[in-house]
Amino acid sequence: MSIAHDAPLVEMRDIRVSFGGLHAVDGVTVTLRAGEVVAVVGGNGAGKSTLMHTLAGAHPADSGQILIHGAPVTIANPRDARIHGVEVIYQRLALADNIDAAANVFLGRELRTRSGALDDSAMASATRDVMKRLNPRFTNLKTAVRSLSGGQRQSVAIARAVHFNAKILIMDEPTAALGPAETAQVRDLIGQLKAEGLGIFLISHDIHDVFDLADRISVMMQGRLVGTVDKHAVTKDEVLAMIIMGTRPGGAAAR
Amino acid sequence: MNQTTPADRTAAPPTERRTWRSLVASSEVDTRLAGMVAALLAIWLIFHALTGGGFLTSRNLWNLSVQSASIAIMATGMVLIIVSRNIDLSVGSLLGFLGYAMAVVQAHWIPETFGFGFDRPFTWVVALAVGIVLGAAIGAVQGAVVAYGGVPAFIVTLGGFLVWRGLIFRMGEQGKTISPLDSTFQLLGGGPDGSLGATRSWLLGAIACAGVVVSVWLSRRRRRRYDLATRPMAIDVGIALVACAAILVGIGLVAVGYESPIDGSPTGVANPVVILILVTLVVTYLARRRRFGRYVYAIGGNPEAAELGGINTRRTIMMTFVLMGVLCAVAGAVQTARLNAAVTNLGIQNELDVISAAVIGGTSFAGGIGTISGAVLGAVIMQSLRSGMVLLRIDSPSQDIVVGVVLVTSVAIDASLRRRDRRAVVTALLVGLAVAALIIQTGRQ
Repeated sequence: MSIAHDAPLVEMRDIRVSFGGLHAVDGVTVTLRAGEVVAVVGGNGAGKSTLMHTLAGAHPADSGQILIHGAPVTIANPRDARIHGVEVIYQRLALADNIDAAANVFLGRELRTRSGALDDSAMASATRDVMKRLNPRFTNLKTAVRSLSGGQRQSVAIARAVHFNAKILIMDEPTAALGPAETAQVRDLIGQLKAEGLGIFLISHDIHDVFDLADRISVMMQGRLVGTVDKHAVTKDEVLAMIIMGTRPGGAAAR
Repeated sequence: MNQTTPADRTAAPPTERRTWRSLVASSEVDTRLAGMVAALLAIWLIFHALTGGGFLTSRNLWNLSVQSASIAIMATGMVLIIVSRNIDLSVGSLLGFLGYAMAVVQAHWIPETFGFGFDRPFTWVVALAVGIVLGAAIGAVQGAVVAYGGVPAFIVTLGGFLVWRGLIFRMGEQGKTISPLDSTFQLLGGGPDGSLGATRSWLLGAIACAGVVVSVWLSRRRRRRYDLATRPMAIDVGIALVACAAILVGIGLVAVGYESPIDGSPTGVANPVVILILVTLVVTYLARRRRFGRYVYAIGGNPEAAELGGINTRRTIMMTFVLMGVLCAVAGAVQTARLNAAVTNLGIQNELDVISAAVIGGTSFAGGIGTISGAVLGAVIMQSLRSGMVLLRIDSPSQDIVVGVVLVTSVAIDASLRRRDRRAVVTALLVGLAVAALIIQTGRQ
């Protein structure tokens, strides 16, 4: 596969999704580069989750184009998304509470021995290795995920994504359910993934998170893109104005 | 599986090694299962005392093992159905239907179609195969309506409960009792002839012991290879020794110790028990070592996560019902063979016993939790209660009351344990014991 070096990691062009007569996403274009965090923000019903669902394969777009490394791709279901290196970390984490970390990391993609049996030792070992990178204090490999803390559960969810060499991560409110210490932990983790060259779409309500973590901010309102701005070129108040009133700050808009 | 153990040997706290709690944790013994074994032993000892030494005899324990087998066989499948947040109310009717169908095959279909009488070598194989295929097909139909049709399992199998029982009367014989059955088929039901005898029982014991040792050793080697924490060698050796001792003592005292009432020779392990052991091994393997089982538990833990993980949840649900249908056929063969007859009311109320066995064995209706071995133990606990009360000459309705009380008590204790509410555990235990004791005491004739 040849990669056009000047092409962004992800380019979503003129995406439209409607539910009945409602235009949930109405002609939105966003881009994401490698090693970059782009926050997708907006009020309730702004269409940010629906937009991301089209990239994740959870809900295909009605029209528009998705390009990865500059090449157009078709993403009709979660499996397609994974093939293109897109992984999602859902707000409610999508972990099965009753099984251990390794079983969750490999859920749906289990490692098996030659006889077709589950290779739990290999999965535990691989999980331990990916966890060393993400959260060195994580040692509860054999505990049901139920009894882990919120931050540890978040690490499991992220391990699930990065173990399979995700290039593009979609994180839906990653710190919404966490306490301050755990939030800090997840922020460190995002910084680390960024340094490793992943591109991250961050769906968030939390303006502080957005300013701490994102490089660029795409604001949506009623299904339309208000604009995409560089974090360093705007103030929090200007972004809030975009979210609430849909007004672009004078001259600050950036691609 | 549920114990906290440090994944890394270097992370293990060396100072705490000697405490009892850390010893239990590092042994990775399922404490819930160990508690159930303790409860079972307590029930046995209490009945042994109450009956003046009549309970823990070779004869009684041998009968107990045979009587538990059919319910236990079905309970292994019911665990997976309940774990994936469904239920199967049709198993009793399905067992009756399949048992009757197998009898029709060997007593009418084969003789009338091929002109073969009984006691041809393959008659029992054909009858059993037809039962198993039919069971799988019926399970697939019920499972498909649940998984693809979106009809709740409670409703689908409530319908099945009525349909399969009713169909017995439409199967050509209008519900007439079919007896006798093929003499080889009869051996599936146990009895002095349908048992392994002394030599083969000891052989079975030797194979089982070798299996225990090899599996402990293999799991140790596998974890070593990936540089994962292994249990202390002494604990592995201890587990293997205890398991082997239990197997050999059980076979020696119960199976070989029970002398045939016909000719006084050692009876050995009964065929239904051999079948139960095989079924338990196979279903445990499916549940713990195959993707199918992993998916069943994942669906029970979080159906949404399973779906997002790319699991074919519908197919998995359907397969749990297919497995249940196959197990109903096996249990139906055991029960029909044991009676040497197919009767229309075979398996009536078995669905309640099977569900109770799974639940007493620690399966949670909230989904995601339950073990195969627990369900088998649950079936043995229920049968122990019943057979102990029979020895005490307690009437059948009073037996039902006690089993009902034990069912609710066991779930109350389980729920309190999960909340780590010790007072509630003790309260539930004492109330349950008091009510059961009162019923037993006043029900004695």
